[in-house]
Amino acid sequence: MSYNFKETMSKPERLAPGHRMCAGCGGTIAVRNVLRGLHEGDKAVIGNATGCLEVSTFMYPYTSWEDSYIHNAFENAGATLSGVEGAYKALKKRGKVKENYKFITFGGDGGTYDIGLQSLSGAMERNHDLVYVCYDNGAYMNTGVQRSSATPMYADTTTTPVGEESNGKLQNRKDLAEIIAAHHVPYVAQTTFVQNFRDLHIKSEKAIYTQGAAFLNILAPCPRGWKYNTEDLMEICKLSVETCYWPLFEVEDGKWTLNYKPKNKLPIEDFLKPQGRFRHLFKKGNEDLLVQFQDEVDRRWEELLNRCGA
Amino acid sequence: MAIRERLSGNEAVAIALRQINPDVFPAFPITPSTEIPQYFAQYVADGEVDTEFIPVESEHSSMSAAIGASAAGARSLTATSSCGMALMWEELYVAASNRLPLVLALVNRALSGPININCDHSDSMGARDSGWIQIYAENNQEAYDNMVQAYRISEHKDVMLPVMICQDGFITSHAVENMELLEDEKVKKFVGLYEPDTYLLNKDCPMAVGPYSVTDYYFEAKRNQAEAMKRAKDVILSVGKEYGELSGRSYGFFEAYRLEDAQAAVVIIGSAAGTAKDAVDRLRDEGKKVGLLKIRVFRPFPAQEIAEALSHVKAIAVMDRADSFSNQGGPLGAEVMSALYLGKASAHAINIVYGLGGRDVRVEDMEEVYNALFHIIETGDQGSIVRYMGVRDKEFGAGIH
Repeated sequence: MSYNFKETMSKPERLAPGHRMCAGCGGTIAVRNVLRGLHEGDKAVIGNATGCLEVSTFMYPYTSWEDSYIHNAFENAGATLSGVEGAYKALKKRGKVKENYKFITFGGDGGTYDIGLQSLSGAMERNHDLVYVCYDNGAYMNTGVQRSSATPMYADTTTTPVGEESNGKLQNRKDLAEIIAAHHVPYVAQTTFVQNFRDLHIKSEKAIYTQGAAFLNILAPCPRGWKYNTEDLMEICKLSVETCYWPLFEVEDGKWTLNYKPKNKLPIEDFLKPQGRFRHLFKKGNEDLLVQFQDEVDRRWEELLNRCGA
Repeated sequence: MAIRERLSGNEAVAIALRQINPDVFPAFPITPSTEIPQYFAQYVADGEVDTEFIPVESEHSSMSAAIGASAAGARSLTATSSCGMALMWEELYVAASNRLPLVLALVNRALSGPININCDHSDSMGARDSGWIQIYAENNQEAYDNMVQAYRISEHKDVMLPVMICQDGFITSHAVENMELLEDEKVKKFVGLYEPDTYLLNKDCPMAVGPYSVTDYYFEAKRNQAEAMKRAKDVILSVGKEYGELSGRSYGFFEAYRLEDAQAAVVIIGSAAGTAKDAVDRLRDEGKKVGLLKIRVFRPFPAQEIAEALSHVKAIAVMDRADSFSNQGGPLGAEVMSALYLGKASAHAINIVYGLGGRDVRVEDMEEVYNALFHIIETGDQGSIVRYMGVRDKEFGAGIH
């Protein structure tokens, strides 16, 4: 699969404009660029867990989706698309469907890391031929920025508010890509919006055209929850990678590969500073919290380097 | 020629499904319905069906996957009981509101807690407002016959609603009875092919399912569901009649047993109807005018037809194998009594909760029910409207109190 940026970007959009997602939202950027992984002529059924993306792109009687699309509930995007893919197999076998279809489902971190984890785990373990894409913005943004298990430590959310006696969320974030990799599915990858989308485009196409279950974890910032200036979106994504907070890697048939190693690993402050949810970490007296945050990033980065043999 | 067999209710339903050969069957085991997917998995393993069988990781996922498959254009179903149904509760509503014609083979079992694996109707009765058609069986034969009819009702263009085919846990699901099966070819011809108009895998017209519907549209969707449920009545009757021409066993909304001149009548659902029929026969032998109305279709609820069938009766006991904890008896009691009111009936009516968690019901118990009704007719004293049968009671012991 050779990659051509111009060709990829000139594919017709499969998510029409006019939807109600916020300016500066990472969610729709993730969707539009994952769908560019589809080969022209191939049909797709898109699944979606309840969340911002669903309520903003399919408000009756309008839909932004060019492909067939199904939203069922919050916690069952994995199971729902399992059923759609099962129907495809059955109808293809019986000669009722002749075209090639691909199956891609989107969920936020709430629907994926938390309430939908069981459904996702089941779909992965059964190795349905589908791609589950998590657009991870690190909190329940649709209901107003409540913490999730993807929320990084010390983030200010509405259920882990910063106050006199609190510095925000007290727990570390869950590593979902690692959990899905432990399912030993054919393809798992983590990416975000860097390198002019090259990494995201290549991984999307791989995920979609890998036979069996595939999982993509995409860091997709949320201006409401992260409290950044909308025009800083791409810069924040870049900093997430350059600080090694969000490494780019993939796991193909059990083989871990690091896709990018920064020449100069930037301090975590560079990633945290533009985000209002971490403002309290830069107050005098909270220096040790930044050290703790950095230690956790370093520990996970070392672990990943070992795993990838990089 | 029909095929004579000795089968459990679970195997009978599994055989109906083998004959139907649906497209997709996601399932998760729970007692006492586990055998249905087990038998079916063996049919798949032996090449007797070419269904996509998806052994999922929970009942929430079995119904979710059945919904996905049905929306995609496949004939799909799942099976469950009790807590399994409780776990898929949210999805029952999604299936009905998406107007998906899928089937649930439900083997009725008590809901926790305390945890109990035996029969009562608290699972399906709790889901009575979920928008599903509910059809109940007295015995294995009816469970089989109802399953063969299910898709014809569900997929009918006037209906497009999911159907629950219910039978009593262990009592019919595990007990082996003599029954008749139809030939495979006859079943296939009767059920026919599923040809949906709109579906996800339609190459000519993509479709979006499960919108966010604001106040401008939600109410219309619900009203349309209610209209479909109303239209389902005619479809259920015509399918039941056509099935009768095929099998010799016709089906309607309910069965009236020796009811025509009855003074005292029982209204009941499920396997205990068989026990009650024995009590009716015994009492009829003694010259007592007793009868029975066995509900087959609880959703849509045939209120007018029930009121009409009971219009001449002097005292009625409505038997509920579920409690509503409403201080007003069980769900069937509430609905039958409201039907009687609308039918301007002058009969006395009581509501008896019985058989919870598989508590045994004997012919003698049902005779006691009729005796209680005759006591009301003779004295004019209705006594307690809501009573419990066969439960230990500190003050009165067992019996009906």
